[in-house]
Amino acid sequence: MGFLELSHVKKRFGAFVAVEDFELITERGEFVSLLGPSGCGKTTTLRMIAGFEYPDSGSIKVDGKEITNLPPNKRNVGMVFQAYALFPNMTVASNVGFGMRVKKQSKDAITKRVGELLEMIHMPEKADRYPYQLSGGQQQRVALARALAVEPQVLLLDEPLSALDAKIRVALRNEIRAIQRQLGITTVYVTHDQEEALSLSDRVVVMSDGRIEQIGSPSEIYNFPATSFVASFVGTLNLLAARVVDPSAGRLAVEGQEIRAAKPISGARSGEIVSVALRPESISLEEGPEGTNRLRGPVVDVSFLGSIVRLRIRLGDGPTVSLDTFNDPNLTLPPIGEAVTVSFPPEASLVLDQPAAAPGADPAAEA
Amino acid sequence: MKRRRGSIAWWLVFLLGVLYFFLPLVATLDFSLKAKPPFAAYTSSLQDPKFLGSLLYSLVIAGVTITASLALIVPTAYWVQLRVPRARSLVEFVTLLPFVIPAVVLVFGLIRVYSRPPLPFTHTDIGSSALLVAGYIVLSLPYMYRAVDTGLRSIDIRSLTEAAQSMGAGWLTILWRVILPNLRVALLSGAFLTLAIVLGEFTIANFLARPAFGPYLNLLSQSKAYEPAAVSLISFGLTWLAMIAIAFLGRDTRTRIEIGGAH
Repeated sequence: MGFLELSHVKKRFGAFVAVEDFELITERGEFVSLLGPSGCGKTTTLRMIAGFEYPDSGSIKVDGKEITNLPPNKRNVGMVFQAYALFPNMTVASNVGFGMRVKKQSKDAITKRVGELLEMIHMPEKADRYPYQLSGGQQQRVALARALAVEPQVLLLDEPLSALDAKIRVALRNEIRAIQRQLGITTVYVTHDQEEALSLSDRVVVMSDGRIEQIGSPSEIYNFPATSFVASFVGTLNLLAARVVDPSAGRLAVEGQEIRAAKPISGARSGEIVSVALRPESISLEEGPEGTNRLRGPVVDVSFLGSIVRLRIRLGDGPTVSLDTFNDPNLTLPPIGEAVTVSFPPEASLVLDQPAAAPGADPAAEA
Repeated sequence: MKRRRGSIAWWLVFLLGVLYFFLPLVATLDFSLKAKPPFAAYTSSLQDPKFLGSLLYSLVIAGVTITASLALIVPTAYWVQLRVPRARSLVEFVTLLPFVIPAVVLVFGLIRVYSRPPLPFTHTDIGSSALLVAGYIVLSLPYMYRAVDTGLRSIDIRSLTEAAQSMGAGWLTILWRVILPNLRVALLSGAFLTLAIVLGEFTIANFLARPAFGPYLNLLSQSKAYEPAAVSLISFGLTWLAMIAIAFLGRDTRTRIEIGGAH
């Protein structure tokens, strides 16, 4: 039995199915992210855990207790919102102590707890400030402290960093994770930012169109995407249309150039078109040892992305393959137009469940 | 040169505005001072017990009207905005009805319904005053609703409500501790407009035979020459005092949410 359990949860808004048969069991103290594009149902799922929406069917349990139809103020679930939602008429200390005052705790207990939490978020000197006197990052830290003050069983965060600039986002997400680990609180985090989800979570739930596409550790999600949606949504990806040559030997052809998958291609017949996913960082700008897959084509683009350099190679008449290489100052890059050979191990070529639309279409997909 | 011409035109418009608003006041003041000795109209008005009595009565009625309006409108506007936003246009339409239905129709309706059993309100003073308050609530509805609605729109009530709920707060706590304090300026605006309506209203108070300030002012103008002008200016001054009070009470507003930059 898990700590937070969502079982067959379904939610419709009119004819629109927001969440379809959602199943998730999290352990106590686990950090789980719901990742997906806008409208995939991740926020609706979070709001059903919080009690702001009620599922049409299914059940939600926390620590074995059914909370599906409980009102939000009876659930003991803390929530942090994208828009901070700090009470503008209250100081930082009053905001943090609000939940404890509602629960009629003693003044001494409130003062002590508020002091501890402000220390934890490194803002003890801001206790008497009002929300409008704080930066976005500070407001969100106060919102986090406020949600934690009532010692909730589950902490829910709804895209808490999306209104902040990039540098603050990284700093604050590390802070959130450190606090979560320190308190050991079960956390559900909603984001559409794959980097956030992968860097923070014990497990990631990738969602699309109200359904769960895959649940797994960040490494599983990134390295072994279960569906073409997960593969294309998480990380940068080359999605190549390939013709199956010999499924039992895992042999495929991309624009007439033969490659090999690490495993036999189950459920596919010779001549069938499938999708092959290739991460840019798994492709090398060299011929590689015997037994590696090789593709050859002219360089069509070179982009500097800071610590890495991304090259695009055209295969045959249409598709391009992107590859990443570290930005070494001594690196000699081929000029645009020069034909090069790139290589990747068979393990890097992942044959996905759905076939590509048509061979020859531009398959390079970037998420 | 062009900029200077624009600036002159702006000042000209401003001057015209000032003249438009202040000339009638200056004329009223001038007329009220024509009594001999010059401030006699003011002293006799202030010494008239009916002046103070009617003013106090209207102030008490205004206080009750404002309290009852807020108790009725704040939860309604809050609920409409939070739970049934689609009903907003219907509610707005209903709140505009007092502009369409004249006060005389309203008061005759009230008298007709509440002057006979089972609800003979007009048979007692307190009953008639209650009807007066009810009439004023209806009259102030467009102003009070709009003030509250604008205040609610300026804050993210959904997030604030949900944040409070997630910390265990019930509806009454949310309204009292979270929503109302953030509507302070809006509520004061609505209250001030209601006060202005109640102090100047004549029709309903007259037909319900209430000793209110509006009927007193009307009666005064029928029997005296300079005193009505003096009393008008006094009530105008009181109105301004109320506005200053609102500005004073609303000055310490902490309802702004700003992002002060990255830290």
